[in-house]
Amino acid sequence: MAEQDKDSALTFFQDRYELDESRLSDVLDTTLEREVDYADLYFEYSTQDSVAIEEGIVKSGSRHLEQGVGVRAVCGERQGYAHSDEINPASMQLAANTARSISQNSAKQGAVAVGRGNDAVSNLYPVAMSPTDVAVEQKIDLISQMDIYARAIDPRIKQVSASVITQHRSILIANSDGQLVGDVQPLVRLNIQLLVEDAKLGTREMGYQGMGGRYEFEKLTSPDMWKPLVDEAARVAILNLGAEDCPAGAMNVVLGPGWPGILLHEAIGHGLEGDFNRKGTSAFSEMLGKRVASEGVTVVDDGTLAHRRGSINVDDEGTPSKKNVLIDDGILVGYMTDRLNARLMGTEPTGNGRRESYADLPMPRMTNTFMLAGEEDPADVLSSVDNGIYAVSFGGGQVDITSGKFVFSVSEAYKIENGRVGAPVKGATLIGNGPDVLKRVSRIGNDLELDQGVGTCGKDGQSVPVGVGLPTIRLDQITVGGTQG
Amino acid sequence: MSASNEVATRSSESIVEQALDTTLRAGADSADIVLVRGRSLEARVRDETVEFVKQAQEQVLGIRVLMQGEGGMKTAVTSTSDLATPAIEQMARETVALARATEADPAAGLPEDGFATHLPDLNLVEPSDRDTQVDVRIEDARAAERAARAYDERITNSEGSQVGSDFSTIAYGNSNGFVGQYESASHSLFSEPIAGSGENMQRDYWMTAARKLAELDSPEEVGSLAAERAVRRLNARQVSTTVVPVIFESMLAAGLIRQLAALVSGYSVYRESSFLCDKLGEVIAAPSVTIIDDGRLPGGLGSKPFDGEGLPTRRNVLVENGKLNTWLLDSYSGRKLGFPSTGNASRGAGSPPGVGTTNLWLEPGNESLDDIIARTDRGLLVTELLGMGFNPVTGDYSRGAAGLWIEGGEIAYPVEEITIAGHFGKMLEEIDAIGSELLWMGSVAAPAVRIASMTVAGE
Repeated sequence: MAEQDKDSALTFFQDRYELDESRLSDVLDTTLEREVDYADLYFEYSTQDSVAIEEGIVKSGSRHLEQGVGVRAVCGERQGYAHSDEINPASMQLAANTARSISQNSAKQGAVAVGRGNDAVSNLYPVAMSPTDVAVEQKIDLISQMDIYARAIDPRIKQVSASVITQHRSILIANSDGQLVGDVQPLVRLNIQLLVEDAKLGTREMGYQGMGGRYEFEKLTSPDMWKPLVDEAARVAILNLGAEDCPAGAMNVVLGPGWPGILLHEAIGHGLEGDFNRKGTSAFSEMLGKRVASEGVTVVDDGTLAHRRGSINVDDEGTPSKKNVLIDDGILVGYMTDRLNARLMGTEPTGNGRRESYADLPMPRMTNTFMLAGEEDPADVLSSVDNGIYAVSFGGGQVDITSGKFVFSVSEAYKIENGRVGAPVKGATLIGNGPDVLKRVSRIGNDLELDQGVGTCGKDGQSVPVGVGLPTIRLDQITVGGTQG
Repeated sequence: MSASNEVATRSSESIVEQALDTTLRAGADSADIVLVRGRSLEARVRDETVEFVKQAQEQVLGIRVLMQGEGGMKTAVTSTSDLATPAIEQMARETVALARATEADPAAGLPEDGFATHLPDLNLVEPSDRDTQVDVRIEDARAAERAARAYDERITNSEGSQVGSDFSTIAYGNSNGFVGQYESASHSLFSEPIAGSGENMQRDYWMTAARKLAELDSPEEVGSLAAERAVRRLNARQVSTTVVPVIFESMLAAGLIRQLAALVSGYSVYRESSFLCDKLGEVIAAPSVTIIDDGRLPGGLGSKPFDGEGLPTRRNVLVENGKLNTWLLDSYSGRKLGFPSTGNASRGAGSPPGVGTTNLWLEPGNESLDDIIARTDRGLLVTELLGMGFNPVTGDYSRGAAGLWIEGGEIAYPVEEITIAGHFGKMLEEIDAIGSELLWMGSVAAPAVRIASMTVAGE
């Protein structure tokens, strides 16, 4: 118990900013002097460190410290929000006065009694040592080893850059229901980028790989972790040196396992966020209970996976994270919500109310979004396609929530010719329609993989870490954008 | 009185000077400090409801320390939003320790000289705008929302109309003797209506942004333009895969220019991560293409009197009649490539200097968009691009698109769920029409451009 207390977010905030229960109650009481449905205070203290190597030189190290408080007053579907990067009684009261101005009517609501509070009950990501407390020399040592190793892989490798980023984020949420909950969220990330050149072909390509999650920095230092990462970056970059231009048009596409799960994130995940559906602006509005995918397709958003990048003990409104089924055997069964949208939609919050920082309002956001495995051997999925594209990895993607149209860029792909994987192709883009694409799933492999911990999702200018996952699947007749008509 | 109130009443320059002094006393061989302080408000109205009102005070101080190493300088950068003296003292010590742990880089260091001596008033803030009440801006959002919904009965819904205003003071100082500060503001209004219903639903947006409230386009104009754009997308279809001329609307042509600027940024060039990295002095675009970056346009959203290293901003002609004239440089990337800085250092409090554009534009031609469409027998007018399908190393370009199909020199019908693809270098060379109307989207502007041929993929 004492052991846990030492790292408790609650203890940290109480000690550093003298935030005891009565002080928190006072600020909440100020917001409740107006007629509001709900109010919350969000405290954040985070440290982010990074070191990077480029041209064989560890050129720079960085450390950033961010602290602040956001006060929110919710009245119907209206929200008043004020934040400050100073955490003291005066700044909190000022923020509370500003936030409550969303409501014009005064009220004499009962005083809030903020509870004793605790950190999230479960801890999905305990670490023996915070990654930001690890000496910078150890981080420099790791990226230097990666640099030397990468340069020796192949003479075509011209430029190597590697970086490690570590984060330690403590949050504390107090709300007008009297809840008080804290969380400490560690995050590590390792990146490698290679530029390769084939002098004979006169071509250059870039290879990039990354991995990370909510675990100890120590884990990254194992050569079993970082060597395969560097090898993979080199393999893909060199492969693309000889890749052909991608054919264009509608064709059958097989997606490899893991990171291609970004398809789920873009094509359907955003469309199932509660805010868009409450307002009726999503292509998925009013489709609950309807078929949106082929039989056998089950998609979940699960914030409770241990040590994953997209996992959270509690969301940024204090709701514990959950495993939420979004699509069950092809039928749309649930949306992801925060408190505001759950209340307005008459449902329970799903633990998806997230924000980038104290300077932002929470919104429904994804955590780790993936499709459950099917039963087929991935080799059979591939050989079922006569001619098409085998897409193994992707760059970024984007979706238009309203029309449902999504797009994503392929970073490693091959032609499939007569059921066999053929020549690598480059520059491909897949485009489709969210409510329609999962109906095109005709085969599902038994090889579900989650990505390596690199996803960052942007919405309304806010970035949050997320995860995705997919087994090998076949999609029938998807539009592939390329230059070869 | 709390410590924070003491900070609030001090001038930015004096905080910078003190932090610089603290950092040098902590052992830094040289250093620079950047301080950004501001206040902002944002609000969104959806239909008649104020969805949110957000107000904030923000401040962040960035410290860069340079330590003399063997054959170069060692660097570290830190930032903190806690400006109390003990917090800055601790951060300064940590920055020095962190810099000692990194390795010497022959190109690292502050600019030696050439700092901005005269700081012109670039008209970046209207003092009376500071007193604007939040309700006034909310009324702008309401007016845009009403105009959008009244434009056409097919406008059924919206993601809302949003306003923002922020005022900031940016101060910078370094141990080579420069200290300066400037004030700026920016105001914006954005409207995103939705047309249609069920499976035939389309959104689009329009926006306006300026340094002064009085320079914003009217809310009615923003709302109705946004609505017009959403409505014209209804009943969009796919087209068959083909190769045709593609016209980029001004807004999207500005995106192309922004991508070009990234390709000629000194960092992309010395890292060889740009396919243009060996093309300085060569013709890279059609002869009609001239692209300018100018940090001193009065009232420009990208204007500033000095850059992120204290050097004066200036006018740089990046591409002149198709020829690549210069890279965009700060002092570091300049040293790597053997040129002086072009005054394009950008610097956030939390990051080391990098290269950024100021006010960037493509010089207009003398043909209206309507004329360009009229002399396009069959082609695509792109009105929206999706995704990030651009590889700067190879120039391969392939993006999701929506727009209007052109047949016989006229707009025929809206299209979507298509991609446009080509090679960025070839696209620049194949620009065969440039519109006459320059549209600013924030700090970047372009007229419409037509590219002679691209692959459009659909059914």
